[in-house]
Amino acid sequence: MSAAKRLRLPSAPWTRAYEAASARWAALPGWARWVGYALILVAALALPSIPGLGDIMAPGSSWERILFYPIAIYVLLALGLNVVVGYAGLLDLGFVAFFAIGAYTNAILGGTYGWGFWTVLPIGIALAMLAGLLLGSPTLRLRGDYLAIVTLGFGEIIRVTANNTEFLGGPRGINQIPRPPSVEGVDALTFSITDSKPYYYLAVAFITVFIVILKRLERSRVGRSWTALREDEDAAELMGVPTLKFKLWAFTVGAAVGGATGVLYASFQTAIRPTDFTFIVSATILAAVVLGGAGHIPGVILGAFLVAWLPELARDLNKYRVLAFGAALVLLMIFRPQGLWPSRLREAELKEGEGGIGRLGGEVGAVVTQEGL
Amino acid sequence: MSNFVNQFWASTIDGLTQGAIYALVALGYTLVYGVLRLINFAHSEIFMIGTFATVGVISAAGITSPLAGVGLLLFVLGAGAVAAVVSGGSAVVLERVAYRPLRRRGATQLAALISAIGASLFLQQAVSIWVTSDARTTERVMEKVNLLTIGTGDLRADKLLVFVGAMAMMILLDRLVSGTRFGRAIRATAQNADTATLMGVNIDRVIMITFLIGGAMAGVGGMLYVIFFEVTNFTVGFVLGIKAFTSAVLGGIGNLRGALLGGLLLGLIEEYGASVVGAQWKDVIAFSVLVAVLMFRPTGLLGEALGKARA
Amino acid sequence: MTEHLLSLSGVTMQFGGLTAVKDLDLHVTPGEIFALIGPNGAGKTTVFNMVTGVYTPTTGDITFEGHRLNGLRPHKVTKLGLARTFQNIRLFDNMSALDNVIVGVHAQHRSSVVGAVLGLPRFRREEREGHERAMELLEFTGIADRSASAARNLPYGDQRRLEIARALGTSPRLLLLDEPAAGMNPSEKSALVALIRKVRDTGVTVLLIEHDMGLVMGVSDRIAVLDFGLKIADGQPAEVQRDPAVIKAYLGEAADAS
Ligand SMILES: Nc1ncnc2c1ncn2[C@@H]1O[C@H](COP(=O)(O)OP(=O)(O)O)[C@@H](O)[C@H]1O
Ligand SMILES: [Mg+2]
Repeated sequence: MSAAKRLRLPSAPWTRAYEAASARWAALPGWARWVGYALILVAALALPSIPGLGDIMAPGSSWERILFYPIAIYVLLALGLNVVVGYAGLLDLGFVAFFAIGAYTNAILGGTYGWGFWTVLPIGIALAMLAGLLLGSPTLRLRGDYLAIVTLGFGEIIRVTANNTEFLGGPRGINQIPRPPSVEGVDALTFSITDSKPYYYLAVAFITVFIVILKRLERSRVGRSWTALREDEDAAELMGVPTLKFKLWAFTVGAAVGGATGVLYASFQTAIRPTDFTFIVSATILAAVVLGGAGHIPGVILGAFLVAWLPELARDLNKYRVLAFGAALVLLMIFRPQGLWPSRLREAELKEGEGGIGRLGGEVGAVVTQEGL
Repeated sequence: MSNFVNQFWASTIDGLTQGAIYALVALGYTLVYGVLRLINFAHSEIFMIGTFATVGVISAAGITSPLAGVGLLLFVLGAGAVAAVVSGGSAVVLERVAYRPLRRRGATQLAALISAIGASLFLQQAVSIWVTSDARTTERVMEKVNLLTIGTGDLRADKLLVFVGAMAMMILLDRLVSGTRFGRAIRATAQNADTATLMGVNIDRVIMITFLIGGAMAGVGGMLYVIFFEVTNFTVGFVLGIKAFTSAVLGGIGNLRGALLGGLLLGLIEEYGASVVGAQWKDVIAFSVLVAVLMFRPTGLLGEALGKARA
Repeated sequence: MTEHLLSLSGVTMQFGGLTAVKDLDLHVTPGEIFALIGPNGAGKTTVFNMVTGVYTPTTGDITFEGHRLNGLRPHKVTKLGLARTFQNIRLFDNMSALDNVIVGVHAQHRSSVVGAVLGLPRFRREEREGHERAMELLEFTGIADRSASAARNLPYGDQRRLEIARALGTSPRLLLLDEPAAGMNPSEKSALVALIRKVRDTGVTVLLIEHDMGLVMGVSDRIAVLDFGLKIADGQPAEVQRDPAVIKAYLGEAADAS
């Protein structure tokens, strides 16, 4: 009996309660679930306005502001990385690159050339997707662990390039990025430095759209192919799954979310610098995904919320933030690799390891090796 | 291009110096990968700890003016030993805490890699919080005299020391792995852990010693780094680690001699490239090499060969 | 030549110094149940791996319905109408039995990210077809009652059936079965024989690797025997059974087989 197994036992009653609840949820008729989703959306929109909540959640700082950045921004980024790590099972350590590409697109087109937010947004998404494609096509054939290092290098290349390029503002970055256009006379949609709520509402809209898209993908040929290739890439390929193509799709869909988030972030900060896009950001997003439960949207949102919010709660402990992430990643992988709130599918996969370092060296695929695949 | 020609000899000397350090750190990646098929992501932090251990020795020894002769030799041996022990010890602890429990559980590669990243972040921040978050500069431990001018390049004493020191460690390690009983155990484990167990090899011990040796090499690399650059900080391992890993892949991961070749080559490519496009692009050059190698020759120049040719 | 569904001519596969399959000629005719037998390590699975695109033969040609298969990626081969099962079961363990088969059915589908996000008509049609076809196949293989279970929770024999259902999902004209009866008890085996016949009767040609001689002799129309990568016999079951070279190869093995 490993330590990990023993430590999981006490949570059994709570697990049973959760399973009963989720079974009841799944058994509800379609309209009832839609009502449920609508209530969740209303609750999310109400978060910045609930009296007294800010004093509990963010004593001494602006709850509205924190809700948008870092919380909503990290939820978006985590949803994007989740496609890559959670769905396709690929480890991307340079996800910040797509965020940076979106942000710099807005900085250049918006800040330097004065284009509007809604024009820049699709361009930022497209450029991030293009970058995902360019990075992915040569590298996605690689073994998973190599991919991790290459993406890490890619993230650094993007940052160093921004730092060294005068056109991109060099180390000083770019200022005066325009805010999104306000809707005349509607306070909730008037974007300014003093009110973060409109940004938060916009972020909730982004999150909602992405969740709808991701859910549709989950329940399609695309989602099944991701699961299949994550579980057994060789078998998936032999059952007719074009694995390379769907890995590329995972990369580009994730990149699109990252890029969109970058555009949004730049229009909030109105000034960006290369130091906003370091490896620590990638690591934090990864921590969010893994902590919450890779592959499970509610879990990923929970993880991002915790990772973004906890450090704000204890500002004087902020210097321990990354230290705690590091320790959390190790402890999670030892004791709860499936995360706090996993999907049932992923839970089983991650609990029962079947490969990797478990078998030490010398393991060759049972029937198929990587030759020719 | 004319810069390339003008600076050719200077670039060559600097490239070999820098490459020697990459090679020492690359050994740790290669050894662990050979035995465990794991990219020990936190290895860069083991190197970083080695640099701080050396800084500690320099201040503890109260060195205030450059050493020479026997004094220098004693310092190099002493600081090297301390850095090797501290880094090697850290690597062993790392294995116990972050990897062994996963190994026992038969965790996926993804899980192991995430644990490695966590350990890496933890070690970095621990040094940043409890040692220093600033760059730590040190006293000069040896006079940086020019020994010989080759073309436009100056062969300085400290560069020669770095290179010779690294080569000596490489040869020592090569002897150890190819010539001893322990070396045979490592190679057997790399080939097939199950068979090795049947042959009476104690896998846990082999893995522990692998981390110890890899860590010690990185520690010595850290010492040479400090002698050469006279400065370190808690993130010093990050980029250097990626480059060392690139070296390991370039030479053929799992292949000890490949690590040496890869390190030296990468150092040279970086310096030559920098002389053409500018030093601020060095990191981009190194990462591009990594991508190119993985695309066109993922088994590296010498093949993957600690155990056998492939994972 | 066109009457052959699958043809291997002069196919050799080398792994480093080891020649796993040597100068093999093999022709499978539409509608037959063709068995490939031989002692362990004879190179049978390697033949499957070459045919399905996992390995590219060192020399020789593999053609299927006039298409040359050499060097095609496995999913392309599958799409052309060839599907296989594995000697060591390789299901998508944590997916439901139904989803396992749907993945197979998707092999002939084309809708992708855009179709799924926008809910285009072709996507909806393919989703519906995927579910229906997969359910049919679970019924066909006799495991419909387990459609919602995770593949890993199925009993061993059902897992073998699920592999067949998943392979049939890809709409193959040639089905390659790698030791489908391994680990089965006699009653499971006879049900398997019935299933293989039923598959053939739907117009799917079967290429079978199997160790159980009784099963092979009973179900096959034709048999080829491999030994150390060389084909030592090829013909009707009765002929092959009498072939001295085959008897010798198998007697050699009988000593160490359990
Ligand atoms: N990828 C590979 N690399 C090296 N040798 C292999 C590989 N695949 C199969 N072999 C070897 O080829 C021979 C034939 O194996 P296989 O086709 O699996 O035999 P069978 O299925 O008839 O039992 C064996 O000696 C096996 O070790
Ligand atoms: Mg076989």
